[in-house]
Amino acid sequence: MIEVRELRKGFGSQPILEGVNFEIQSGESVVIIGRSGGGKSVLLKQLIGLLKPDAGEVRIEGEDIVPMDERQLLRVRQKFGMLFQGAALFDSLTVAENIAFPFRRRRDVTPAEVARRVSAALEMVELPGTEHKKPSELSGGMKKRVGLARAIVYQPQIVLYDEPTTGLDPIVSDSIDQLIMRVRDRLNVTTVVVTHDMRSARRVGHRILMLHDRRVYASGTPDEIFSSQDPVVRRFIEGVSDPKEHYF
Amino acid sequence: MNTPATKWIAEWLQGLGRITLLAKEALTSLFSLKVAWRDLVYQIYFIGVKSQSVVLITGAFTGMVLAAQTYFQFHKVRMDTATLAVVGVSMCSELGPVLTGLMVAGRVGAAIAAELGTMRVTEQIDALRTLATHPVDYLVVPRLAAAHLTLPLLTVESIAVGIGAGYIVGVHLLGIDPAYSWHNMIKYTGAVDVFIGIIKAFIYGGLVALIGCYKGMSCGEGAEGVGRATTEAVVYSSIAILIANFFLTLVLGKIFQTL
Repeated sequence: MIEVRELRKGFGSQPILEGVNFEIQSGESVVIIGRSGGGKSVLLKQLIGLLKPDAGEVRIEGEDIVPMDERQLLRVRQKFGMLFQGAALFDSLTVAENIAFPFRRRRDVTPAEVARRVSAALEMVELPGTEHKKPSELSGGMKKRVGLARAIVYQPQIVLYDEPTTGLDPIVSDSIDQLIMRVRDRLNVTTVVVTHDMRSARRVGHRILMLHDRRVYASGTPDEIFSSQDPVVRRFIEGVSDPKEHYF
Repeated sequence: MNTPATKWIAEWLQGLGRITLLAKEALTSLFSLKVAWRDLVYQIYFIGVKSQSVVLITGAFTGMVLAAQTYFQFHKVRMDTATLAVVGVSMCSELGPVLTGLMVAGRVGAAIAAELGTMRVTEQIDALRTLATHPVDYLVVPRLAAAHLTLPLLTVESIAVGIGAGYIVGVHLLGIDPAYSWHNMIKYTGAVDVFIGIIKAFIYGGLVALIGCYKGMSCGEGAEGVGRATTEAVVYSSIAILIANFFLTLVLGKIFQTL
């Protein structure tokens, strides 16, 4: 379903990713972990064409999206839903208008059907009755739920999550993890989650990819990764800093 | 040779290229009728209706000052009754469109750059793209179309109010003969002057919206980036209006002279 081949990306003279390769099968849930600033979000954004790689291929259902222009990408993006780190809700619109946004230009869906789908999406993220609130009236966790409702309301085939639990307390983080799993299982979508929350990675992923040194350093099931004896992987899982690195 | 001057010129040319591509994309989208009518109506309200007070006050006081200054000079050579003719021609072809453009650049250009800049730094523009919506269709086209439509209307209002205010100052405050003043104004101010003013305003509307959208959509990170984009949108659109005004005056003057 998603195929990444020899992907390279840098900003200015700073290389971020060099020769990244992986595949994600339909219905699979993959978690990408790695250090902050290691290129996880950059990689995620290249999967949906928000950023262009410097070299390499990104194939979605066999179709290379790298040479596509912005208008051609719109068609491919209909297969995707994405939850952003800060939820990225449109602050001039209400919760209901945010969730109904993907249906704005669609004439084949009646307003009653849109309202029904918005209600169903809000039910799924456990936020019924918030249709008329503005994003500024919501807490961080609620914004993420609404962001998720907006990402899944048109039933995409692939859902991307950019650090879904960052900045949330452990209880809200747990509820977001539950939601990701519920969406994955009920809608049978392909899921790609970028996170450095190891608890979340273990729960929501069928497979974990670890980015290190600008490449995919390790790949395996959560059990394989968590039982790995590789020193780099172990240090990341246990949250132990490298004594050779100076942070202050 | 990578001096700061060549770097600045290269960046400036790149910016010019990008804004040209944005204009091309927006016009293609506009002519393929991808505009969302609800958003267009809201932008007409925001740019047109909400700018009225500032444009009318500017027009009125400009007309009044112009009438008073012209009277003070013309009175010395006993040409008092030509005062309103000067006010009419100046307001229609120069001051009306330019001052309306500059006031709208300050109010609307800044608001567009700040709104789109904030959307960019909070990833709302990326969210639009993931929802299979082209940011130019949703954000640029309604603002561009609304600015093109409303600026000529605001300019006509400004011209009318400026001439009216100039008339009140000239006739009722400074004691110019109303009949001769009015006659001279009608004689020397033609429909061509109004038409030139409307054409200029149409172009200035596009400049303000396009520069505001470009600066907002390409702004740097964080509050500093949004602040800089907002300032640059106002400064660049004001400069663009003043430069465009010179060339438009020459070109339109030549065109209408030969007609």
